[in-house]
Amino acid sequence: MTHAAFALLLWIAGWALNVRLANGPASNTQAARLAVPLIFGATVLGMWELLVRGLGVPAVILPPPSQIAETFTANTALLWRDFVQTILKGALSGYLIGCGAAFLTALLVDRYDYLRRGLLPLGNFMAALPIVGTAPILVMWFGFGWQSKAAVVVLMVFFPMLVNTVAGLQDTSSMQRDLMRTYAASTGQTLMKLRLPSALPFVFNGLKISTTLALIGAIVAEFFGSPTLGLGFRISTSIGQLDLGMVWSAIVVAALAGTASYGLVALLEKRLTFWHASQRGGP
Amino acid sequence: MSAERPRRGAGAVLRRIPPVLAMVLGLIGLWYLAVIPMNVQEVLTRAERAGVEVSPPSAVERRDMGNWALVVRNPGTLGESWSLDRPRLPAPHQVLTELYESTVDEELNGRRGIVRSGSLSNRGLVYHAMVTLNATFVGFLIGTGLGILLAVGIVHSRVMDMSVMPWAIVSQTIPIVALAPMIIVVLYSIGIQGLLPKAVISAYLSFFPVVVGMVKGLRAPGPMQMDLMRTYSAPKGTVFWKLRLPSSVPYLFASLKIAIAASLVGAIVGELPVQQGGLGARMLAGSYYGQTAQIWAALLMAAALAAVLVWAIGRIEARTLRRMGMAQ
Repeated sequence: MTHAAFALLLWIAGWALNVRLANGPASNTQAARLAVPLIFGATVLGMWELLVRGLGVPAVILPPPSQIAETFTANTALLWRDFVQTILKGALSGYLIGCGAAFLTALLVDRYDYLRRGLLPLGNFMAALPIVGTAPILVMWFGFGWQSKAAVVVLMVFFPMLVNTVAGLQDTSSMQRDLMRTYAASTGQTLMKLRLPSALPFVFNGLKISTTLALIGAIVAEFFGSPTLGLGFRISTSIGQLDLGMVWSAIVVAALAGTASYGLVALLEKRLTFWHASQRGGP
Repeated sequence: MSAERPRRGAGAVLRRIPPVLAMVLGLIGLWYLAVIPMNVQEVLTRAERAGVEVSPPSAVERRDMGNWALVVRNPGTLGESWSLDRPRLPAPHQVLTELYESTVDEELNGRRGIVRSGSLSNRGLVYHAMVTLNATFVGFLIGTGLGILLAVGIVHSRVMDMSVMPWAIVSQTIPIVALAPMIIVVLYSIGIQGLLPKAVISAYLSFFPVVVGMVKGLRAPGPMQMDLMRTYSAPKGTVFWKLRLPSSVPYLFASLKIAIAASLVGAIVGELPVQQGGLGARMLAGSYYGQTAQIWAALLMAAALAAVLVWAIGRIEARTLRRMGMAQ
């Protein structure tokens, strides 16, 4: 019971600290922006640990964070191989192929108005469909290896990426296009100097959506059949063995990979679209 | 103005249909073409058994050859490509037949169909679609409710904005489906099973678009409007009910459309680990038993569900906005 009381105390302390930070004079500094969510996260982790121990929750239902950390450090080699199989081989290759193909298709679609009017509604429709459902079919076609995972990822990221890129390429005003015409710019020059740069915010939006989708696709596809490694495989087998520490470790790997790749794309976006209103910040 | 609108709408729709139709027909044509190389191995094996001469006579040689090369060398024996029993890629009409048989035919004529037994057949797709739909709705309602509450909190409390919002974003970079099997097992072990575990996954997927959209929408009123409320000396509650909430409605609907599609995906993924009915279970069963047409039919059903759900929300959106005088 003392554990639960401590958890409550911890929560009050963490929240009070955050209230002071957020409403205090330093609330707009970079440090406060970073510190507040970190304190919140640490508070939640601490409460999790204390509550699980205090209320005697069995480890097969919810293991405490310390136990997860233990399993994680004890199995880094195994988890690294899962990471390589699922993220680097399955998700990343599919992500690159899918986004690349969608980008090229978007350039093509943008050239021909008829194609755009035909493909865009279809693309919008497909982007809303539960494409994960094709996973069993693709696993049947491409085998249990990483190729089938990459194929699922390609299908999943293609349409969101296509729709966003096409929308981005349309995002120039008639004034800007007229200016290019007065410069006697060729179609290629207009594309390179005006339309691609102004499409970049949309392209990055598509890339960001796709990072999460890629990980989801790669992991779900492994539920339908995989070699004896991979994050999806690890999760489904460890659940069978009620080894929840291992399950959570695999989830931590997936979460880290997801956050890191999202962060990477966001960083790249900041570098390349520094001129856009959403990046300039302001008071 | 109002008399002109429907005509203009109909004209726009009519102009929009031909390109889309052309694309759809083109895709179906491609599909029929793709069936040939995908199924060529099986077709040639059957032709060989029937006594027809096949170009590389041994099956081992054929297995190592490219599918297109086989098609080119055996142009006369490909008639069965579109009518195989267990094709690698079923032709569109085979999928439609399977769809018809597992919905209309199963319910009307099947022994367990609704006509003879009074309840939906558990071998029919309609039953499984209903299971998935239930989980989708429950998850959608939970997710939307939580999302709106969280957004209201974030807009009104700076602490919540600063501490919760970053984690909400991080939570979406986590591939949630990785959690799906565990959520289901854990909830099962504490006695919760059936609809709710799947709904939890749906809710997790659908809450984020709602939070983001609602935060944007609740902050949509400009400084002018906020100032006007201040000159009325309106309390926070009044500002919320009379200004913030109404102006967030368009944003809400935009995110609801994304949320319902996401929550359908969540329900389907949630059905993979527990084989207790639903479109996801149906797909997995199809993949275990090599019933490709069954997987495709379930997929088509899921696509139709997604389309209908998004369309329905679009209709409600149009009506609500018109009632509120916000339609453009």
